[in-house]
Amino acid sequence: MVDDADRRLLRQLQAAPEDSVADLAERAGMTHSTFIRRLERLRKAGVVKAIREEVDWQALGYSVEVSLRVTLDKTEPRAFDEFIAAAREVPEVISIGTFLGRVDARLLVIARDLPDYQRIYREHILTLPHMTDIEALMQVATIKDAQSVPL
Amino acid sequence: MIELDDIDRQLVLALCKDATQSAGALGRELGLSQPATWRRIKRLKDAGVFGPRRVDLNLEALGFGVTVFLGVKLATKGRVSLEDFERAVRAIPEVQTVQHVLGLFDYRLRVVAQDLPDFERVLRRRIMTLPGVGNVEANVVLSEELLPGPL
Repeated sequence: MVDDADRRLLRQLQAAPEDSVADLAERAGMTHSTFIRRLERLRKAGVVKAIREEVDWQALGYSVEVSLRVTLDKTEPRAFDEFIAAAREVPEVISIGTFLGRVDARLLVIARDLPDYQRIYREHILTLPHMTDIEALMQVATIKDAQSVPL
Repeated sequence: MIELDDIDRQLVLALCKDATQSAGALGRELGLSQPATWRRIKRLKDAGVFGPRRVDLNLEALGFGVTVFLGVKLATKGRVSLEDFERAVRAIPEVQTVQHVLGLFDYRLRVVAQDLPDFERVLRRRIMTLPGVGNVEANVVLSEELLPGPL
């Protein structure tokens, strides 16, 4: 379904999604119209799910970002569903992940500053259902942020 | 810091779903002219509201069946070893993101692999051989959900 030319296209696209189609097509070694046609096909097939902007929360005044690693009460069959449904309602939670491993779920929480974080943590996080343990990792710096895969 | 009004917020949300929409199409949905929409988008971009653009790929369709978050604790600390570790980890193609964190671990890594045997190869040959690496904890991603955040 995905051939070598598609992989070349995807390699160039994920390396520089802001670049113009003309530049990307040239680097992928295909014509402008071939590039557009292939990208359209990849989007229709769901291989490219989205080309999207992502908010830089720092620019909007959210300087604190904390990754909360949560262990859930597995004796409660609805623990995951109810925990996730409640976490979705907290506006400052910007992503929710579930895992196989020592950690069951992870919430990425943003806050304007530490007092704001403390308020969110007390009022909205500690009140989430079915948690047995929380560990916090505070983001200090992003060293690599490629979100690309070796194609 | 930039102040957003309701129309700005709707534009941000729309571009975070699909960044390739034209100013004309976005404007029609929001009842704005094409030039007015373009000016607003330019203002948002100039203020740094968006980080790097993202391309979401269907990883399974491209042969990457496993995503793992690794918590890495360094065995020996000190400025030199941090820099050595960061330089080496950044060069691993299967490592998508590297975050320096405070807490139980020193770094958080997001790693993609074809399957669990492939992940084991990456872990043994590339991660465990990094300079200064100590304790490593792996959690396999089952699901991930992005939320719009406090807009």
